Amino acid sequence: MTLHKGRGFAAINYPIGMNLGGDPSQALVHSNPDGKFTVALSAIDLGQGMKSVTRQIAAETLGVPIADVYVDTADSDTGPHDMGSFASRGTHRMGNAVIRASEEARQVMLEAAAEELEVDAGDLVTDGQGNIHVRGAPSRTITTMAASQAAQFKQGRTIAGRGIFLVPLSDVDPETGEMSPVTTFAHAAMLVTVEVDDETGEVAVTDMQSAYEVGRALNPKLVEQQLRGGAWMGMSHAAWETTEPHYPARDHRPEDFNTYLMPGPGDIAPHHISILERPAEDGPYGGKGPGEMCANPVLPAVVNAVYDAVGVRIDELPVTPEKVLRGLQANGGAKPRQAL
Amino acid sequence: MAKTPVNFTLNGSPRSAFAGPGQNLLDFLRREVGDLTPKFGCGQGTCGACTVTIDGATHLSCLVLAESVEGRAIGTAAGLPDGATLDPLQEAFMDHFAAQCGYCTPGMLVSARALLDANPRPSRDEVIEAISGNLCRCTGYEPIIAAILAVAEGRARA
Amino acid sequence: MRDMTADGPMVEFRKDLFADERDDNLNEIGKPTRRQDAPGHVTGRSPFFDDHLFDGLLHLRCARSPHHHARIRRIDTSAAERMPGVVRVLTGRDVPVNLNTLLSLLDFGLDDEPLLSESKVAYMGEPVAAVIAETEAEARAAAAAVQVEWEVLPHVLDVEEAIKPGAPAVLDIYPNNKFVYHGKYDHQKLRYGDVDQALAQADHVVEGRYQMSPIEQAPMETCGAIAAPEQNDRYVCYTSTQALFFSLGTAAKVLSLPSSRLHFVGGTVGGGFGGKVDSIHEPLAILGAMLTGRPVKYAWDRAEEMQVGAPRGAERWYVTDGVMNDGRIVARKFTGYFDSGAYTRLSSYAIIKGVGHLPGPYTIPNVYADVYCVYTNRSPATAMRGFGITGVDFAIEAHMDKVAETVGMNPIELRILNAYRDGDMKAHRRLAKNCALIECAQVVAEKAGVTIAPELKSAASARDGGGPRAALPAQTATDTEGRVEGFAATSYANKSATSDAPQPPHAPPPATPARHPPPATPARHPPQAPAMTSGQRPPEGGSMPPSGGPPPAPQPPKKPARSGAMRFSSLSGFRRR
Repeated sequence: MTLHKGRGFAAINYPIGMNLGGDPSQALVHSNPDGKFTVALSAIDLGQGMKSVTRQIAAETLGVPIADVYVDTADSDTGPHDMGSFASRGTHRMGNAVIRASEEARQVMLEAAAEELEVDAGDLVTDGQGNIHVRGAPSRTITTMAASQAAQFKQGRTIAGRGIFLVPLSDVDPETGEMSPVTTFAHAAMLVTVEVDDETGEVAVTDMQSAYEVGRALNPKLVEQQLRGGAWMGMSHAAWETTEPHYPARDHRPEDFNTYLMPGPGDIAPHHISILERPAEDGPYGGKGPGEMCANPVLPAVVNAVYDAVGVRIDELPVTPEKVLRGLQANGGAKPRQAL
Repeated sequence: MAKTPVNFTLNGSPRSAFAGPGQNLLDFLRREVGDLTPKFGCGQGTCGACTVTIDGATHLSCLVLAESVEGRAIGTAAGLPDGATLDPLQEAFMDHFAAQCGYCTPGMLVSARALLDANPRPSRDEVIEAISGNLCRCTGYEPIIAAILAVAEGRARA
Repeated sequence: MRDMTADGPMVEFRKDLFADERDDNLNEIGKPTRRQDAPGHVTGRSPFFDDHLFDGLLHLRCARSPHHHARIRRIDTSAAERMPGVVRVLTGRDVPVNLNTLLSLLDFGLDDEPLLSESKVAYMGEPVAAVIAETEAEARAAAAAVQVEWEVLPHVLDVEEAIKPGAPAVLDIYPNNKFVYHGKYDHQKLRYGDVDQALAQADHVVEGRYQMSPIEQAPMETCGAIAAPEQNDRYVCYTSTQALFFSLGTAAKVLSLPSSRLHFVGGTVGGGFGGKVDSIHEPLAILGAMLTGRPVKYAWDRAEEMQVGAPRGAERWYVTDGVMNDGRIVARKFTGYFDSGAYTRLSSYAIIKGVGHLPGPYTIPNVYADVYCVYTNRSPATAMRGFGITGVDFAIEAHMDKVAETVGMNPIELRILNAYRDGDMKAHRRLAKNCALIECAQVVAEKAGVTIAPELKSAASARDGGGPRAALPAQTATDTEGRVEGFAATSYANKSATSDAPQPPHAPPPATPARHPPPATPARHPPQAPAMTSGQRPPEGGSMPPSGGPPPAPQPPKKPARSGAMRFSSLSGFRRR
């Protein structure tokens, strides 16, 4: 038995905020009298961090501390229309809607503050710590709470905002495929190292070196969650998962986690991630959605690495020991290439 | 068929409830007792989302007959905090971003707590072994392992 | 491997790259703030759909087809109705509008899938009846007692077998088991330049065939919903959907209810990965609550989740590249087959997304693709993380490795050499901007210790694009292969009759990021009103325009369509009446 090491590379881009349906997202933002804001959405948090990223976007745009913002989603009686969290549209579409709603609410808050400070609202800035002050004159200041209280009880203003983000429907030419599918793309490159056992056909991913370009890491830890978990899923797609493991007949289909295989905590490879940020002009604070693209480079990188290790091309996923052994047999044994 | 009364302790407090015929412990805890922290993931003992402790040892509650816990001590994720103070593992899971969708998290925490109670300074391999019955589809496991090791190395609580 | 941690050296931020395009001095953006939902998650208090308890909760389970393909001669529910604990048994007759396609909410495609099938099943596991009982065990036992008289039909499980002449017809409404695009073609075309001519002139031609496996989303929480009568003649529905208004709109449509009578609550979901868009559970649970007056839960067990739940469909791709000795790729040709399974769900849309993505992140002057949405007697496919892209990216990047070997080039160098740059024209005829493929490849090469040529090491996405690379091909070869007759020009996103080619600027657009989004770029051509087809219900107060041809009209709704789904295009005024 010999373990053969190989390296494989792949690079991808990913369309962010698929828009062929012309479907917009909406958001509503309002303040309590004490200056605490609620963001009402119908977006879904299925683990990707929708509630958290929109909360940070709202806090940034409103100019208030993160603790003063709470995101409530999803209740169709209170959250405005949003088709859902899919197609990397969550951060992009909803993030932009939240910016617009927050801008509108912020404007009312600044107008209320301006009336209290007897200045022009255009001269006011927020410090993100809960204070509003005159630009260049920090001593002329009012807290966001006091401004909100004044709006509610003295001035009769509603500190609230509505936001919608729509990229109009793109048509598609039946003859040429001309279209505007999206407005921005995320990017990734990945080099994986594998070890292939030429006796058992087993392939182990032993190292992953990646670079992901995400526009802006709106929350670096949320981005890391997606990239790390997504790359794990890519490894799983490459070498573990299928609903039909070995046979063409569906009678042999997996019905539980004993037969539908995924890498466990003992199977993971070190993943060294580099994050690049080239802001997208229409992304919220330049952000692109990192959640979908992260698995994609791993699949081809793994098959390319297997070829590099033993000279067997596997063009049908997943990479199984059976396929590796059949390839080795057809080739008359391992033909290590070590080209990378 | 008649329901069976079951007396047990849940996270240290005496409890009684009626179990239906053939009802498993997971369903019993959720529907009859009202502890919603164990989750249904497979009903077949393959995912670990329903992990609880019985007399200190981890069990998959979907595979345990509710009637069989008469007189025994059940532990769930609801029992991890000490009053209003979270277990260090819970803090570490938050700090290490070890939860994404959060569905496997309670079961994962029960397994991790059981490990640290039995072995306060586990190696990385021992952590992996301890959580290998708890599936997670979101994180790729690394943040979970890191969170547990951080608590083990810090040992805020014996 | 053993000393790794999730912190520190395992992640680095390359703030040096694109630094002049970013303002890094923001208050909250860019901070590693704890998740808002972290306390709920670690205490087990985050409210997933099944964490809402109801007294008197009923359980719904479906009776399903054991066959890949069969006609239903008779469904006999009488034995099931007599089983202990059974409150009600539903069949297709109980569903107000028992035919839907998910994308009808986006005005795309024909209604093709019943909620509960009445006359035919097209995949193993297709539901034909739904039993509502006091306990899950009773529902399970009674579902097994539903008796169906089947006439087993020949089936087909492979995409290329399914489109051969004489293959069993999976769906009646689409010819030859292929979705119809734009009422015109049995596939989506991409035509850019003249691929055949370029292949003939290339130094090397590299061919490949790639097969992506069907994959289960496998969220730890299975799909489900609980519906209950709410006060004031409404229904509340707690759901695991990852698409709240997709599910609400679908329920409104198939139940013929105004959306104002539906109250959907969700937003905390135990993983989705694309598998929780299909909006199957909500309508049945609500229908159960309507007909029993009690709360009803419909959730999949793990086996259903894995085999009945729609997977990421398998894709098969054929790729042919023309490459010059120096590594420049001059032509790339694709034929793609998406296995949609028995119904359309979202596959038709994913193909458009995929076609807009071709030929991958490279500037290639001649690109051609024919991509087919193929029906087979498998579980319907649906979205999964990377939908429409993951499969073809596997094909493209495995293929790039073969191209690199063919021309004897380092695979990373090959990518950088061919990478798209700001200002380049893409095959879908829009200019590239905000590119970063080159930089990603360079960073990985550096980290992994792969030496690359100096001119590629110093290449940049923002440099050397545009100019001649912004030009559209002098000539594009088009054809009418795959023309389908008899369909109204519909199915979403029609091209206007006048087609003027875009005039690209010859310099890349300025790359300054805006802190706030500029107004959205409008589509080049205002979308035309799609015509009605026979598969779609007439809009409120409207009448059905003449249908273009022979597809048999599916069963009409039993009530006038006063309520139910509003289509976006209608709301947006894209549809003319």
